[in-house]
Amino acid sequence: MSIRVAKTGNEAVAEGMRQINPDVVAAYPITPQTEIVQIFSSFVANGKVDTEFVTVESEHSAMSATVGASSAGARAMTATSANGLALMWEIVYIAASMRLPIVMPVVNRALSGPINIHCDHSDTMGARDAGWVQIFSENAQEAYDNLLQAVRIAEDKNVLLPVMVTMDGFIISHAMEVMHLLEDEKVRKWVGEYVPENPLLDVDNPVTVGPLDLYDWNMEHKRQQAEAMIQAKPVILEVAKDYAKLSGREYGLFEEYMLDDAEIAIVVLGSTAGTAKEVVKALRADGVKAGLLKVRVFRPFPAREIAAALGGKKAIAVMDRSDSFNAVSGPVFAEVRSAMYGVENAPKIVDYIYGIGGRDVTMDHIKSVYDDLAKIVKTGQVERALTYLGIRE
Amino acid sequence: MAKLLEIRWHGRAGQGAKTAALVLAEAVISTGRHAQAFPEYGPERMGAPMQAFNRISDVSITIHSHVERPKIVIVLDPTLMSVANVKAGVPDDGIYLINTPLSAAEIRKKLKLEDGKAKVYTLDATQISIDTIGRPIPNTPMMGALVAATGLLTLDELIGDTRIKLAKKLRPDIVDKNIEAIRRAYQEVAS
Repeated sequence: MSIRVAKTGNEAVAEGMRQINPDVVAAYPITPQTEIVQIFSSFVANGKVDTEFVTVESEHSAMSATVGASSAGARAMTATSANGLALMWEIVYIAASMRLPIVMPVVNRALSGPINIHCDHSDTMGARDAGWVQIFSENAQEAYDNLLQAVRIAEDKNVLLPVMVTMDGFIISHAMEVMHLLEDEKVRKWVGEYVPENPLLDVDNPVTVGPLDLYDWNMEHKRQQAEAMIQAKPVILEVAKDYAKLSGREYGLFEEYMLDDAEIAIVVLGSTAGTAKEVVKALRADGVKAGLLKVRVFRPFPAREIAAALGGKKAIAVMDRSDSFNAVSGPVFAEVRSAMYGVENAPKIVDYIYGIGGRDVTMDHIKSVYDDLAKIVKTGQVERALTYLGIRE
Repeated sequence: MAKLLEIRWHGRAGQGAKTAALVLAEAVISTGRHAQAFPEYGPERMGAPMQAFNRISDVSITIHSHVERPKIVIVLDPTLMSVANVKAGVPDDGIYLINTPLSAAEIRKKLKLEDGKAKVYTLDATQISIDTIGRPIPNTPMMGALVAATGLLTLDELIGDTRIKLAKKLRPDIVDKNIEAIRRAYQEVAS
């Protein structure tokens, strides 16, 4: 049914892009994303894909060329990390507001400064209000699976929004592990032929793209954009269901790991979820009712569903791999705690900012978070609402 | 957890520690087991001390933190013994595999492992690679030594997978020389 291989995250995503065979890829290399573009360009050179590969001079141009290609009616992709995403900024928002179904793998890396090439989520968290669907991946398998699903989500007529698929820089992008690829033909059939909605190149039905839109209609158009994000939620679940039929692997808006009867739980995104699962297993062996909720879809944010999953727990720790510098908390905490407002028997909820600039997060670190939660349950007191995990002070 | 095996490779950038870890993971994965391989990325300059890691298990591995308590330590460059703390986090009954012309007894003394609980293996992998491949690239023979010392793979499994992997990049005669290096290392590694 599928092909068992040893791949790094970047290799897995490049293979997925080859199978998707997009019409246009415009990209600029940046560590740790570089390998994706490098491997994909070899597919182009070797005739393994039909893609028009545009080597641009910057990420601003990469996103601009991708927007141009997508407007013209092409299935268009790019990929980036950190400062590359930052340089795209202006056009990232434009891609979403033009309702272009662009798919972009983002290999998470700390935004400068100080300059750092390693993983944190400051790059994609910074873009959380840009209007893109954001799907986080725990490992190479999920990065691949999420990438394929992203195409169908983005191009759904009820959505028509760009999608970012993330994986943790180096930790996943450069680590080899076991994963399963689907057969090329199956993927191509499942992803399907792209039929654009209002392509510029359809000269019989001319359209205007990107016109001035002032106070007479701008608000209505932004409201429609917001509606598309609301509509994305059921579509993401439908696509996941259909993908499970193809792959045997099931996905939701988030993953619940031993959460059902848990009294204490952490909420986490990305590769740290995998490390935390081992901690949960060990705690369960010791009789501690620990659980985990791994957010897969961060935009649209599944607030109601998360509130339902966490309601009735005694204490929750949210893990943030970026800082909002708002003197309160990280961005994931702000979302989760807001989702919990008004929930009956709402748990005590605290925030941990961790893994900044690639700082390793060990099982001992995560164990200490569960220990803190156990203490909160025991004493009924929250000593610290925000902790910088493992910080030297 | 008990069945999770962790390995740390010490090398200098350019010596192939990362490649060796990747080759090992791929070979283990091809036997149906689970494995991870990942390097530590620091300043990228030739000759700088660096580390690479493996995890090996019969069941899927979800941990994605650094390896802190490796059961097996492999040192590709003997000069690292005085630079890197090769014993860091290793249990008393850990396994050390060192590329050096010195004997296992001499290394045991150097590393203060004379109580005998740890296993120490040595091999002059640099000399073997010069003799066979013609260049000082110790990572390939060290793979042969690792397999001999630990039984992680059979010699045939290692050679079979290495042949496939190297054939994608190297001329057939160079592939043969690498295989010869593995065979010699498998014979010559000593404890």
